Amino acid sequence: MGATHLPSTEFDGTGIDDQLEAEAEARLGAPAEPMVQLLGPDGSLGSDPVFSKYAEKLDPDTLRGFYADMAKIRRFDVEATALQRQGQLALWVPLTGQEAAQIGSGRASQPQDYIFPTYREHGVALTRNVDLAELLRQFRGVSNGGWNPKDTNFHLYTLVLAAQTPHAVGYAMGIQRDQKLAAANAAASAESGQAAEPKAAVMVYFGDGASSEGDVHESMVFASSYRAPVVFFCQNNHWAISVPSSVQTRIPLANRAKGYGFPGIRVDGNDVIAVHAVTEWALEQAREGHGPVLIEAFTYRVGAHTTADDPTKYRGSDEEGLWRAKDPLERLEKYLRAEGLADDSFFEQVRADGDDLAAYVRKTTHDLETPDIRTAFANTYVEAHPLVAEELAWFESYSAGFADEDPKDPGSQAETAETDRAAR
Amino acid sequence: MTTMTIAKAINEGLRATLNNNPRSLLMGEDIGALGGVYRVTDGLVGEFGADRVVDTPLAESGIIGTAIGLSLRGYQPVCEIQFDGFVFPGFNQITTQLAKMHSRSNGNLTVPVVVRIPYGGGIGSIEHHSESPEALFAHTAGLRIITPSNPHDAYWMIQQAVDCQDPVIVFEPKRRYWLKGEVDTDSPGASADPFKAHVLREGTDATVAVYGPLVPVALAAAEAAAEDGHSVEVIDLRSISPIDFDTITASVHKTGRLIVAHEAPTFGGIGGEIAARISERAFHSLEAPVIRVGGFHMPYPVAKVEEDYLPDIDRILEALDRALAY
Repeated sequence: MGATHLPSTEFDGTGIDDQLEAEAEARLGAPAEPMVQLLGPDGSLGSDPVFSKYAEKLDPDTLRGFYADMAKIRRFDVEATALQRQGQLALWVPLTGQEAAQIGSGRASQPQDYIFPTYREHGVALTRNVDLAELLRQFRGVSNGGWNPKDTNFHLYTLVLAAQTPHAVGYAMGIQRDQKLAAANAAASAESGQAAEPKAAVMVYFGDGASSEGDVHESMVFASSYRAPVVFFCQNNHWAISVPSSVQTRIPLANRAKGYGFPGIRVDGNDVIAVHAVTEWALEQAREGHGPVLIEAFTYRVGAHTTADDPTKYRGSDEEGLWRAKDPLERLEKYLRAEGLADDSFFEQVRADGDDLAAYVRKTTHDLETPDIRTAFANTYVEAHPLVAEELAWFESYSAGFADEDPKDPGSQAETAETDRAAR
Repeated sequence: MTTMTIAKAINEGLRATLNNNPRSLLMGEDIGALGGVYRVTDGLVGEFGADRVVDTPLAESGIIGTAIGLSLRGYQPVCEIQFDGFVFPGFNQITTQLAKMHSRSNGNLTVPVVVRIPYGGGIGSIEHHSESPEALFAHTAGLRIITPSNPHDAYWMIQQAVDCQDPVIVFEPKRRYWLKGEVDTDSPGASADPFKAHVLREGTDATVAVYGPLVPVALAAAEAAAEDGHSVEVIDLRSISPIDFDTITASVHKTGRLIVAHEAPTFGGIGGEIAARISERAFHSLEAPVIRVGGFHMPYPVAKVEEDYLPDIDRILEALDRALAY
């Protein structure tokens, strides 16, 4: 059989695409600025040849919503940190400083898109309507994943750095196949009049530290080869626990995309309007079949890596001060006030809503029930497993031996005696 | 009934899967036009297209990781890892992600990914091409591990692995890929449950439990022992996780002696786990300690000396003599 009769792959050409790099740049419309910024730290709105049109679509309600979400998640962050300090949570992973990167990107996603977070994306979770109290189950130690991803298309947190990135690419490859099947079915029954499923994409979050993991590289290779509809959203918050981003990369992380043959954009991660615009563009590109995009949101982890961390050991407060001056909430507040889009009563209401959320989260956390280890036996496998059954049976028998010590569980003593007799 | 090799049986099993299950797909290195380095996927890309027989970039973590993502979207990927020693770049994805997804999602998510790994030595190959890493995976809760030893099992077990809603690793005995046998493609018959062991030869004096590439070796050893007047029962475990301890226990109740043989090193291996469990379950039936036959505690040796490393008929007979001496 000659080479011409070999099946061609469905997603790429037959060889290296010399034009891919140029195309990736061309799709951005103009030579990319070093960093896309629309809303400056002083609250003034600038312009960008590609992305301003996305900002222009934002109505006042949406802009106020951006602020409300950022304020809400910052208040949540404060409350969760307090809950950890009071011993109610084993650990907390604060997000303060990264509100714009998370709310801006999350709100650019659509319900049919699927999101893979790392473990700090509480703001994205909010935009996906995940119950924030559920989010705390993991940090309370009562669950390894407190919500059902199928309800919100927001995947569980992944703690093994970057391990979720190939999952995202695989999920996107699944979407490609689904859309191809749907197109074939639609062509086959053109008269059925069924509304087509909305096109979907995947967005996966990771940080500057995780960008060094091999899984990010492999994921970008797969995504590029198959032109998978996936947006890689890297929050460069400058610190991987105590190691600065300069140890992970010597060039802007966004530039790495060029090596894989898809567009990479660095955006001011503290500018919610620019993050939203860039992400909306990237998700559109992915949904429309143009393949992956890498977004590097240039931001800063104002707080500690986790509540177990002490940033004073590795960085100066002057650096934190510089970044506090670029605060994502303050600049949007300035803009909303200057444009007459929000007044004192709005900000007062946002504060009150935040306090309500905090009270709700506090109460719900206290009420979270400790699971029974039997659920862990039940969830290790989907199908019946003899070893699990055997160990569970032993555990039941062993536990029954303590029944007389538990006044809530009377009557198990007889069972124990029976087991002992059987054993003899 | 059709006669075919193990490699062909897996090929036919994958073909049946791709035909019967529209959400199934194959992924791996060189599995398309080449049909895999062992030709196990020969011809499939021509029949089912590149969307369902996917030549992947050369990246094992990426293969397992994207398969997990596809399964989250409702697909049932069958991944081929080219050789046993090359699974380790994907080890993180298999053990921290694939094995735990169902548990950590409180049962909300299932990831029915199948990973095929040709394993074992005896083919005179170079480094990293002859290993038996099954114990490393058996130690990880959430995974199931099966290994066929004959074409009929190979045909059905690959399909049963895809049907299973848990992640399944199928270790394929690569030096037996060309072993021929009868396959009933109409019915699995006694092979309906891939997690159940098979008694291949009945005996009364001792039991030899083996799996995968050593099954023919154990059968030959039993034949040789019979000439010396020893009646040896041979069990093909077929499943390494879970292990069918009921079948082994019943056999030991009858024979009183147990030898477990595998190519993998004995230390920390499947044989040790079986020895411990059987000493608990059948202590009063045992006439001798459970004896393990396996590889040594060393990296798999160079091809020219692998005969000294691999358990063979004589090594099993030597263990049998020791067991019978008690």
